[in-house]
Amino acid sequence: MNCVLTPDNILYHTPLYRVVYDLVGAFLPCWLAYVIAGLVIMFILANAVLLGAAVFVWSERRLLGRFHNRVGPNRWGPFGVFQPFADLLKLVFKEDLTPATADRIAFLIAPVAMLAPAILMLAVVPFTKDTALANLNVGVLYILAVTSLTSVAILMAGWSSNNRYAMFGAARGVAVLISYEVPVVLCLLGVVMVAGSMSLDDVVGAQAIPFILVQPLAFFVFLAGVSAELNRTPFDVAEAESELVAGYHTEYSGVKFALIQAAEFGGVVTASAVIVTLFLSGWTGPAADYLGWLWFLLKVAAVAFLFIWARATYPRLRVDQLMAFAWKFLLPLSLINLLATALEVYFLRDATGTLTTNDLWIMAGINFALTFGCVALFGSMIREKVRPLRPRSTTRGGTAVTMGEVT
Amino acid sequence: MYGMGMAKGLLVTLKNLAKRPFTVQYPEDRAVQHPRFRGEEFVWYEERCTGCASCAKYCPLGIIKIVTDPSQTAPDQGDKYRLDVFDIELARCMFCGLCVEACPYDALFMGSGFEQGRYSRKEMVIGIDQLRQSEKHPSTFFRPQLESARYNPHDGRPLDWREVGRESWRWHQREKAGMRLTPRLDAEDGGSLQSETQDDSGQDTAADPVENSR
Repeated sequence: MNCVLTPDNILYHTPLYRVVYDLVGAFLPCWLAYVIAGLVIMFILANAVLLGAAVFVWSERRLLGRFHNRVGPNRWGPFGVFQPFADLLKLVFKEDLTPATADRIAFLIAPVAMLAPAILMLAVVPFTKDTALANLNVGVLYILAVTSLTSVAILMAGWSSNNRYAMFGAARGVAVLISYEVPVVLCLLGVVMVAGSMSLDDVVGAQAIPFILVQPLAFFVFLAGVSAELNRTPFDVAEAESELVAGYHTEYSGVKFALIQAAEFGGVVTASAVIVTLFLSGWTGPAADYLGWLWFLLKVAAVAFLFIWARATYPRLRVDQLMAFAWKFLLPLSLINLLATALEVYFLRDATGTLTTNDLWIMAGINFALTFGCVALFGSMIREKVRPLRPRSTTRGGTAVTMGEVT
Repeated sequence: MYGMGMAKGLLVTLKNLAKRPFTVQYPEDRAVQHPRFRGEEFVWYEERCTGCASCAKYCPLGIIKIVTDPSQTAPDQGDKYRLDVFDIELARCMFCGLCVEACPYDALFMGSGFEQGRYSRKEMVIGIDQLRQSEKHPSTFFRPQLESARYNPHDGRPLDWREVGRESWRWHQREKAGMRLTPRLDAEDGGSLQSETQDDSGQDTAADPVENSR
């Protein structure tokens, strides 16, 4: 069976797919080889996210423990590495409850719909040279489209539970997701403009110097926006334990709860991978042809550490503060970044529309000055809305009376 | 400038990340406890107890039950009562230590343990047999003689009834405050304490916890 993937196939540009296809296609019919290669890719993808989620859960709990001067889970396995699997086993064996008044179908689909974006997002991320599982030429757009699915899933989970806390959580979650999508998209526009392509492979290739230096403002806004979209702690109003019981997954238990948790933590891993690809020059590094995967993993770990660090540091924002942060702070910053990047690209690019490394350094200098200027400007402009109450005194009938006292 | 606090907060948490964990991995390691720790497993020396039931009277919760048997003894000659029942209901004990403070003969001490968890309240009663048989690691709570001897119940050896009384504390010996043991008790065991109680100068060191705990 001589199966050949023609260049007009969308998967032709995915070397990993072609390798599997050629291998299986040697002794199987072409359509079966096509399906099997796809299944292999999906298997790799799903396991990468789920194992990544497990590792992230463990490292987050260990690191949070150390941040709190505790030890963290250390019972099962060396340093407690098998703790996530113990949790998973417990959740799998728990009773899978569905509320009597729940919308059963939506209730069932919601956890899967929540996990799907986390897995799908990773499909376009190149782990090392030529290993993006689907090398789309609109990778950035694809990521944005797929992450928007999360808001639907959250709304489904909250509404189908028929629980007021779940509904509150879902409403908050969707509001946060929609608000923070705007600055995030605008930041990505800056990156895409500098890279000149939406394919993540090309974005990595364009990073002669990491885009965190070229686009520091975009990195900062993107990090904040993504951590809000992932419901991480400074922005986790959607599942605020102290306000809503557990937010949109209040009614979930057993395997469905495990899926939601996996989606949340796997989402952090995939988001870190995307940030690494967009801003930290992906898999490139010394000896990248052989050690690209190592550099990629190290950078992902560094970004994940940033998420954990922020979680250990900041208390939860109020809902209005959260919205104000998105619309009054991140959105203007991303707009400024977009404008500055557009001007820089317009004036610095040569006749063929490409930017040299020198141009990138110039942009880095300008953008760093811009970042510090903007943050200082906004920081000095923001004032506390609520001032502490001072006792005011007034004179009434010749005697001083403190306001508020019953006379 | 607004927002500087966020950077400061990050630094604070980073500092805490570098610190050693404060917690102790309990079953393997134990936190160091003060010798005065008021633990469970009350330490009771039957040889010193006269059955006066002061501990039961002073217990604010009334959870100490003492039944004494005056038969076959001569209380009017200073003989002590025999105890039939000495129950302490640990489930309701609040470890105030008033029973220990009330004991005039240094017969009852707070314990040093904290691992007497049981599955039912009925099991959480210390009976007289358990009090007799348990290893004597008395807490130094309200027992200055143990404290000045630098006795540590957590790593020290079990103490005998001769070593824990106030009469073995030299300062008290000079005050002649340790003369409470009945002659009969002394006669029974015959040995070291007799000389100690009769000797005002406090030269005897046979029952000195300082010496023994070293």
